[in-house]
Amino acid sequence: MRKTRDTMVMAALRHTPLMLFVVVFLLFGWLSPRFVSYQSLENIVKQASYIGIMAVGMTFVLLTAGIDLSVGSNMYLSAVVAGLLMRHYNLPASLALVACLVVGLLFGVVNALVVTRLKIIPFVATLGTLWIGRGLGLWLTESVPVEFPQSVTRIGSERLFDGSVPLPIVLFALVVVCAAVLLRRTALGRQIYAVGNDIEAAQKAGVNTARVQGTAFVVCGLLAALGGFISVSQLGIVNAGFGKDREFDAIAAAVLGGTSLFGGIGSVFPGTVLGAILIQMVTIGLVSAQVDLYLQPLVAAAIIFAAVLLDSLRTRQLATLSRRRIRVEELGGDS
Amino acid sequence: MADSILQFEGVSKSFFGVRALDDVSFSLPGGHLLGLIGENGAGKTTLMNILGGVLTADSGTMTLRAGKYAPRRPADATEAGITFIHQELNLFTNLSIADNIFIDRFPRLGRSPFIDRRQTRRQTAKLLESLSLSLAPQTLVDRLAPGERQLVEIAKALSTGAGIILFDEPTTSLTAAETQRLFDIIRRLREQGKSMIYISHNLGNVLELADDIVVLRDGRVVDAGPARDFTIDRMISRMVGRAVDQVFPTRRSRPSEDIVLEVKALSQAGIVRDINLVLHKAEVLGVFGLMGSGRTELARMLFGLEPFEQGRIRVNGAPCDCISPTDSIRRGMAFVTENRREEGLLMDATVLDNVGLVSLPAFASPRFPRLLRHRQLGGAVARIVESMRIKSGPVARTLARNLSGGNQQKVVIGKWLMSRPAILIMDEPTRGIDVGAKYEVYGIVNDLTARGAGILLISSELEELMGLCDRILVMSKGEITGDFDRARFAQESILHAAFEGHQGRR
Repeated sequence: MRKTRDTMVMAALRHTPLMLFVVVFLLFGWLSPRFVSYQSLENIVKQASYIGIMAVGMTFVLLTAGIDLSVGSNMYLSAVVAGLLMRHYNLPASLALVACLVVGLLFGVVNALVVTRLKIIPFVATLGTLWIGRGLGLWLTESVPVEFPQSVTRIGSERLFDGSVPLPIVLFALVVVCAAVLLRRTALGRQIYAVGNDIEAAQKAGVNTARVQGTAFVVCGLLAALGGFISVSQLGIVNAGFGKDREFDAIAAAVLGGTSLFGGIGSVFPGTVLGAILIQMVTIGLVSAQVDLYLQPLVAAAIIFAAVLLDSLRTRQLATLSRRRIRVEELGGDS
Repeated sequence: MADSILQFEGVSKSFFGVRALDDVSFSLPGGHLLGLIGENGAGKTTLMNILGGVLTADSGTMTLRAGKYAPRRPADATEAGITFIHQELNLFTNLSIADNIFIDRFPRLGRSPFIDRRQTRRQTAKLLESLSLSLAPQTLVDRLAPGERQLVEIAKALSTGAGIILFDEPTTSLTAAETQRLFDIIRRLREQGKSMIYISHNLGNVLELADDIVVLRDGRVVDAGPARDFTIDRMISRMVGRAVDQVFPTRRSRPSEDIVLEVKALSQAGIVRDINLVLHKAEVLGVFGLMGSGRTELARMLFGLEPFEQGRIRVNGAPCDCISPTDSIRRGMAFVTENRREEGLLMDATVLDNVGLVSLPAFASPRFPRLLRHRQLGGAVARIVESMRIKSGPVARTLARNLSGGNQQKVVIGKWLMSRPAILIMDEPTRGIDVGAKYEVYGIVNDLTARGAGILLISSELEELMGLCDRILVMSKGEITGDFDRARFAQESILHAAFEGHQGRR
């Protein structure tokens, strides 16, 4: 009896992010029926896609037990460079996207080198590049907003498959599928988990840990730039505050999805995807439930805090439950 | 005599002018198992690090299969077919067994970057089967018992096709049954022609397994020869450089009638059931049991590290229902945990900080209780370090990490001696430390009881318990299955009690 109950509790705890997702969804649906429509759902996922893409990159870094605080600055700098190139050289939108991704990639390479070659811990290293990135962008623009032509904003409202799915959602899905396959089905992916679990053991096992850590930062940088570009295509303008504090949204999305800040635990799908959509759902849900505008940040923060608290309780409970089970096996005579 | 497969010739190594290895020469015959013994600090680890490419020798050469062997990186050793099984396991608990074994060389699907998962699983299953380990390749390592993890390490070593395998204290976390299983596997590997070097402080095991034995002392080879010419006495006397006529020091005190710790009907579902025990002043009470018998969990409950559902604990006659480590320390309890690296020491703190940690409140300045009296604290720590003969550099600058295993353990014990405990719980206090350091730990146990402390001593080494204890309790499957007075100590009946409830299965 007790055993089946424990198994059920365990199963429920394992899927907390999903259950939380459903609960929040139902709650807002109850508060404002409009919220449950297909239109509003599509809107949530679309709005979540750029943070979601960045959060996928962040998940890579978190899995190696690192952190990247510079993604907000990265998306600012890469978007600024793309915008200035478009303005001065009349670049088409496609080449601007390439330029944006190249800047993001290089930003990731710098982070990777600072962490693996100069051996500066990721928190401090990326705090440094956060300031450098923002500073470079401000210097390039003299803090004047950079406007983007229609060719870019059209991308933001583009729909694929006979106009049924918005482009940002398609890109988000594509990134998630690639990332999930990379993490699960390639040696590099398994090594990312290994490095996050125990970097010394990984070294001894012959894993090139610098390469693994570095790759995570490069992936994170690339995806930060892509997320930034999608955001630009929806806004049409990059002002001096663009991307500020977005690193925390990315980290929050990953952590809400069950990724551990200590490395080695977490997944892109469903984990980070759920986390990113959950955050957006709260933001939009508060608007459609007509919560006082000035109360919204507080309520959103409270919901996210509750989610993270629930998750930490869950991890502790899971640990005790699974430990007890092992004991019972040991004591119960299964060798 | 078999041809030698690996040869050391005149290998020397110094660290900052201190000789760690001095002209070491010996050879490993192909297909043999060579037992390498020596006290902590004798140079075994340095020698193995040179073999593994972690360090390079100052002078001397190594010959592998008649060719010169000079590894510069750990990968060179792997390539040359030499593999290591370390005392601390290098497994990733968040990954499956298969992932762990193939982490640095997954089979791929053709030339794609994707892992051939079926191949990985099949090869892992084959390896596990060759070690008679009935586990699914996808099982997470997190779920494995210590013994199973050790065998996974061996599977990993075998998967590289290595011809030379090094074991560094492979049995410290294994139960008796798991150890025997490991030995069976080692013997089978030898039949298959693998050459092995086996390092251990458990001299009985070395004698049981080895074909040849090499003894190191102070960086030099002091004895070498076929194992059949060795006895435990000869091994010990060569290791310490003197004859050890008595392993256990004589007790100077007798247990009194005063009870310091009383436990009544302590239970926690799935862990321990109905534990009753009484510890007297100046008594050494042993707790013997196989791994997984609940002995460590019991110790942790007594100290307030784990909860219990039922039962009562009395310390010095006063009941304490809800206990935490802070309360326990205030009541005069101390706990030397079984895992000094992770639980017993702040590895990156100095010896001073480690030894002083528990007693900091006693060194508060009288006028400003938030401030510490540093000089007094330093003096007290220095006295402890001196009296325990802890070999360390300046205590305020030497990190715990840089001490040898035996000295680290003395630091852990020293920390509790500072707080002058009335009750000391020791969980495997001599695990992984050498004969000399063991003897000193035994001496400390004696001194403490002479001062009136009651000691609860948990150990897997029955001889140690029989040599030190006034009484031995035996645990099996979370219950106390035996209670032996000194007069009734008999190895066979104690072991019998430890296996109670385990009959009918291997």
